[in-house]
Amino acid sequence: MAWETVIGLEVHVQLSTKSKLFSGSSTRFGAEPNTQANIYDLALPGTLPVLNAEAVRMAVRFGLAIGAEIGKKSVFDRKNYFYPDLPKGYQTSQLSFPTVGKGSLTITLDDGTTKTIGVTRAHIEEDAGKSLHEEFPDATGIDLNRAGTPLLEIVSEPEIRSAKEAVAYLKKLHSLITYLGISDGDMSQGSMRCDANVSVRKVGDPNFGTRTEIKNINSFRFVEKAILVEAQRQIDLIEDGGKVIQETRLYDADKNETRSMRTKEVANDYRYFPEPDLLPVIIDDAFIEEVRSTLPELPDVKAQRFQSQYGLSAYDANVLAAERATADYFEEVVKGSGDAKLSANWVMVDLQAVLNKNELTIEQSPVSAAALAGLIRRIKDNTISSKIAKTVFEAMVAGEGDADAIIEAKGLKQVTDVGAIEKIIDTVLANNPAQVEQYRAGQEKVFTFFVGQVMKESKGKANPAQVNEILKSKLAGN
Amino acid sequence: MNLKQGIADISRALAKGEYSSVELTRAYLAQIEAQNAALNAYITVTPERALAQAEAADARRAKGETAPLLGVPLAHKDIFCTRGVRTSCASRMLDNFIAPYDATVVEKLDQAGMVTLGKTNMDEFAMGSSNESSWYGPVRNPWNHDMVPGGSSGGSAAAVAASLCPAATATDTGGSIRQPAAFCGLTGIKPTYGRISRWGMIAYASSLDQAGVLTRSAEDAALLLQAMAGFDPKDSTSADLPVPDYVAALAQPLKGLRIGLPKEHFATGLDAEVEQQIRAALAVFESLGATLVEVSLPNSHLSISAYYVIAPAEASANLSRYDGVRYGYRCDKPQDLEDLYKRSRSEGFGAEVKRRIMVGTYALSAGYYDAYYIKAQKVRRLVKEDFTRAFEQVDVIMGPTTPSTAFPLGSKSKDPVTMYLEDIYTIAVNLAGLPGMSIPAGFVKGLPVGLQIVGRDFDEARLLNVAHQFQLATDWHTRTPGTQA
Amino acid sequence: MGVENLMSIAAKDIEIIAHLARLNLSEAEREEALNSITSILGLIDQMQAVDTSNVEPLAHPFEASQRLREDVVTEQDQRDELLALAPSADRGLFLVPKVIE
Repeated sequence: MAWETVIGLEVHVQLSTKSKLFSGSSTRFGAEPNTQANIYDLALPGTLPVLNAEAVRMAVRFGLAIGAEIGKKSVFDRKNYFYPDLPKGYQTSQLSFPTVGKGSLTITLDDGTTKTIGVTRAHIEEDAGKSLHEEFPDATGIDLNRAGTPLLEIVSEPEIRSAKEAVAYLKKLHSLITYLGISDGDMSQGSMRCDANVSVRKVGDPNFGTRTEIKNINSFRFVEKAILVEAQRQIDLIEDGGKVIQETRLYDADKNETRSMRTKEVANDYRYFPEPDLLPVIIDDAFIEEVRSTLPELPDVKAQRFQSQYGLSAYDANVLAAERATADYFEEVVKGSGDAKLSANWVMVDLQAVLNKNELTIEQSPVSAAALAGLIRRIKDNTISSKIAKTVFEAMVAGEGDADAIIEAKGLKQVTDVGAIEKIIDTVLANNPAQVEQYRAGQEKVFTFFVGQVMKESKGKANPAQVNEILKSKLAGN
Repeated sequence: MNLKQGIADISRALAKGEYSSVELTRAYLAQIEAQNAALNAYITVTPERALAQAEAADARRAKGETAPLLGVPLAHKDIFCTRGVRTSCASRMLDNFIAPYDATVVEKLDQAGMVTLGKTNMDEFAMGSSNESSWYGPVRNPWNHDMVPGGSSGGSAAAVAASLCPAATATDTGGSIRQPAAFCGLTGIKPTYGRISRWGMIAYASSLDQAGVLTRSAEDAALLLQAMAGFDPKDSTSADLPVPDYVAALAQPLKGLRIGLPKEHFATGLDAEVEQQIRAALAVFESLGATLVEVSLPNSHLSISAYYVIAPAEASANLSRYDGVRYGYRCDKPQDLEDLYKRSRSEGFGAEVKRRIMVGTYALSAGYYDAYYIKAQKVRRLVKEDFTRAFEQVDVIMGPTTPSTAFPLGSKSKDPVTMYLEDIYTIAVNLAGLPGMSIPAGFVKGLPVGLQIVGRDFDEARLLNVAHQFQLATDWHTRTPGTQA
Repeated sequence: MGVENLMSIAAKDIEIIAHLARLNLSEAEREEALNSITSILGLIDQMQAVDTSNVEPLAHPFEASQRLREDVVTEQDQRDELLALAPSADRGLFLVPKVIE
């Protein structure tokens, strides 16, 4: 009997506001410790919170983008627990009345099929500071710069059924939040953090198994690996007659295993209650419509448009539309080159290979969209062949200049002069009489030999279509 | 120089040049020096700062400025953060805390040109009705040193009553301004929740705490409130409403005023002699043209129950920040994090604070939240609706501030529930967020009696007006310890 | 949960509550806490008698709505002044006993 994995994800997204959720301190990443923590962030006595409008606007943007109900009256609560990186001794969050209610998002799997995953809710809360355990031999250092940075915690329904689906869900979320401009979604800097609730059950079993929660997984790759290894651990455990315990586990990427977070802590009792220093946030229709009017074209709609406007395949359109930066780059290349299909190919294949190899984002691409468009124009106007274009592109990546300069400097301009091509062909035919005999005797596959020789002789610059045409005609004895 | 004068008289004297702010400030500082040891009304006295402010005020006046509070001294309850001065909240936890910022109340009164003499004693974190829970020791009632001054603003009340300052700021979560006002023979007003900013005022129970003043008269209170009230963008719960001219409203005659008398406040538990004084005061109002109407606040007996869930619950979270990490008291040589937290908090907080943290933590814990916290919030609504109904019939509600006069030191500190019942008439007003006042209305066995006046939302002007008219017709408010009866 | 059960709080509850609140209570203090909390709960339980099934909880005296602040950085670096308040700080960090995770 086969096993099925059931996954629910809780994703914390750092909202890219300039100031903190409840204070005017900066949220800039990477500042010296505690230089961006004011008297409220440090929970000095008598200090009070005032809610950042932009955080609410961003949460509503997200809610509208996933077709969610927007909480007309959302309420902040205090979640009580002691930890040195939580200065107030409570985290201000939203329990019963989140700003974003039920919604959904559609993921695309590798085989091109799509699946809709329910989003239970998304609530606004404040981030904690950082505990630095390695700085001092006998002490832990506390940096509160991050304390109070706004987070949106997005909770999925337990409708994800494989590690691959989990990754697709996260990629879709990443795509959405960057499209919406509400977060940079940078997992390595902690702008997007993921906890996974994982359980297993026999296929067909209507009940969920006991779940474990894997905390703070910090890359797409680790999400996939952590879920796979945790699901397998649970299956092995059950098959050996054991039982899964509901607990929090940590993923160790080095050992590729999850392990229990041993806590002597008695079961947490967060004692939530409404934050009396804040009033309910009333979100009226006018506010919602104002936010809606500023929503950008979202990835699914954009992919549709790429198909209809540019004639791309559904697959290509989805890949190009998935990330806003890629989509914008692609459209700029199309605009400059006038050829959508060539542009799509170059962006998805050649450019993507370079980016992958050098671990760069498209924003960091060594070749600008305008430069790539310039290269494609030279393919289209027959200045160079597609093959030569790859050489030119490599030089562009190496920073040797734009396409025209490289073509000029390296003398890569395609030969389209009929006389010149005829001259080369005549030489080739004269030098290979035996093969000419064979061709004329009916061995037509020798033709590719002649093409190869002509291209070699022309150093790849002869226009392939013209070479074909003239060769055929000459071999036919004309 | 008469140190028994109130704010209004001092303001007039300074304007006439009868004395300078520096002279007056020196006189008060001398009075504090002479008498504070016996009363323990001040935790911290700030003579240098006071004289510097007084000099600045005199200089402003010399340039022709005439603001009513310019150069007038006062004291702040040690719950208001004052930049560069210890702000202890009467707790060992904050004994070493020098606030790096001013509370909005402090900032506004500084800007009005007032002179801060020092910081007054109080119940630790404003938790108490007798001022016996202070880390700095109890405060004595100037009318009788064996008696408590009331709490939590006991230091402010004792300081004003003993003329160690002409007025003091205070706070009121369940009666902490009105009860000490009653016990010390003063005028005390707790404005509507949200009327005065809570920024920089150390929180006890955020949805109930409100700043106010203890003064010699309603006129004094009107002058101070005028400077303190108003919207503060730093406090999300502060009301964005215009502040009326409180002083101008004082003069309105009381003819036609309808006064509600809650029958529940004149029932079992009320001391007979106190009731007599209250009835006599009410007769004065009748003589001024007011009519008395019996009203009912049927859920008022539940207000103590609801309060002792909501206030400790909010307090349990508000006081979590005192953890020995960023400021305040830290225990010696903590073994580990757990030890740091537990010893710092256990050594830093006093018994009553710990008791309320325990009650609040319990009330919020899983399994009890609905039965206690949600229930208390529902009762809170019932209590508020009682007032809403009553105010359909009357303009103000009056009754005794406390069931009896000041009690002896130590007499109730062993039994928390007996102490909590002290606030039986005042607590409902905080739950409903309404403005409440206590004014002197006679004496029983040499101890002052307070009359409570409760008004509609944001109707402080009416309360002050009603109190002022009464004070024009009576002289209870002019009595000072040693001169009464 | 029956209303009559609300009043009872056991000695072991006191320990759990004290831990949640991060308080150390001595034997005597625990006993005192148990007694006083029991009597306070007795006071509190008076409200269980009133029917509130159709009453909405009131969290704030005035049911106003939250004001929103524009997203502007208004704060300067105050680290030196604020760290000076800390019982233990070094290299710009607040220090606590080593936390083992």
